Amino acid sequence: MKLNDLLNHTSEWLKSTGPNSDIVISSRIRLARNLEDLAFPQRADKKQGEQTLKIIEEAIPKVNYLKQTTIFRLADLDSVDKQFLVERHLMSMEHAQKTDNKAIAVDNDEIVAIMINEEDHIRMQVMQSGFNLFEAWNIINEIDDSLSKELPIAFSSEWGYLTACPTNTGTGMRGSVMLHLPALVMARQIDRVLAAIAKLSFATRGLFGEGTQASGNFFQISNQVSLGHSEDEIINSINGIIRQIIEQENQAREALLSKNKAIVEDRINRSLGILKSAHIISSQETIELLSMVRLGVDLGVLKDINRAVINELFIITQPAHLQKIENKKLSSQERDVKRAELIRDRLKIL
Amino acid sequence: MLCDICGKNPATVHLTEIIDDQMNELHLCEECARQKSAQMEQQFGLSDLLAGMADFGKLDTKETETLTTVKCANCGLTFADFKKIGRLGCGECYDSFRRHLGPLLKRIHGSGQHLGKSPLKVTKVLKKRTDLQELRAKLQRAIETEAFEEAAKIRDQIKELERKQNETK
Repeated sequence: MKLNDLLNHTSEWLKSTGPNSDIVISSRIRLARNLEDLAFPQRADKKQGEQTLKIIEEAIPKVNYLKQTTIFRLADLDSVDKQFLVERHLMSMEHAQKTDNKAIAVDNDEIVAIMINEEDHIRMQVMQSGFNLFEAWNIINEIDDSLSKELPIAFSSEWGYLTACPTNTGTGMRGSVMLHLPALVMARQIDRVLAAIAKLSFATRGLFGEGTQASGNFFQISNQVSLGHSEDEIINSINGIIRQIIEQENQAREALLSKNKAIVEDRINRSLGILKSAHIISSQETIELLSMVRLGVDLGVLKDINRAVINELFIITQPAHLQKIENKKLSSQERDVKRAELIRDRLKIL
Repeated sequence: MLCDICGKNPATVHLTEIIDDQMNELHLCEECARQKSAQMEQQFGLSDLLAGMADFGKLDTKETETLTTVKCANCGLTFADFKKIGRLGCGECYDSFRRHLGPLLKRIHGSGQHLGKSPLKVTKVLKKRTDLQELRAKLQRAIETEAFEEAAKIRDQIKELERKQNETK
């Protein structure tokens, strides 16, 4: 597979096919693993880093589930390519910096992605559409088992998987769920919900992961605790809190419709109107307007729009995607024009 | 504008509340708002509070001073380095800094015993030890939550496992 092939392909997590996909965009499980004896990436010198990379690169094709993956060395990618992978949620922003001895393995469906030499030797993730953490866990668990037959993994029976950061020690697992919560934001209830989540030791992040602000009413919720609970227990606790948030969002949506129908319909239709007619638009405005259109689809206010089309627009209107589609570098102003053009084009056929 | 609840103090907090599909705008004074938010947090299930996160800054300063010279034999990282960057240097660091990492892990995660899966390649001896440790930790938790029937079952499993291990010895 070539990197550009991903352009003509909808990521699994954007398909909007999974459970509760009106509110839950995607579910993701990430595991952190390290090799015995070798220094962790931040501590490793060039030679050790190279050695680690080679060992893992050789192990990956031996795993049945990973036969369809392609490994890209980050040193071979330009800055747009790297940003492109970040926008597709296949790797972290941190991984795109200082690219020595780093690589990423991606499978054809973009369900599995493995970062090599990020903060840990191995950071693997499995993404699923909708509210589906256990399915993601089943897949990644199998991959992890197979990889552990090929590689000597740093592990202690007391503390579990040994990771560079002690906040990941134990299962090395983060489960995260991406939620779209426009009604809780409009009803000004979201701060209350987020405060409760924080008190329960769960983290909230924005659309593009660590260090990003919540925008367009998207919130990514994940566990903080990784030691002292089994993987199943952790997933169950995330599921419990997500179920509550879904219920609250649903209540807020119903209330909006019954109490403020005209206002909501007005905002949704105005948002669609701007998207369909703008000739210059920033990515921030795009995300905010698409969020309202998505709510319109969920509430049945907008009837002829496919949710998957909206989902995809969130990603392909991002800077690196636009430049990949146009196949050249674009300035910020040029992107705003191209973005508007692309959105008008995609929404025309609906 | 006066507070909607007490009607005495000026309203400084403005809240949109949705109860049973009814959306209400509430204007409250600080005191009533605080009570109201406590009430709402309860509805949100805060009773299940998990252990809070601890930050690195909370390590006992005296203890860490003596630790600054401790060095990982495998990668050369000192505990002082770790405190600065917040990242360990290799898997062996966990052994090298065991005495202080233990309490830190407990503060971060609320527990110091792994209960999740293990790699398939782990040696059999280690695997058995893991099973036993896992059961002991489960027993501990069953006792803490006063699930005594469950605890009795786990106790029997531990006895059985210990008996088997002694036999193989």
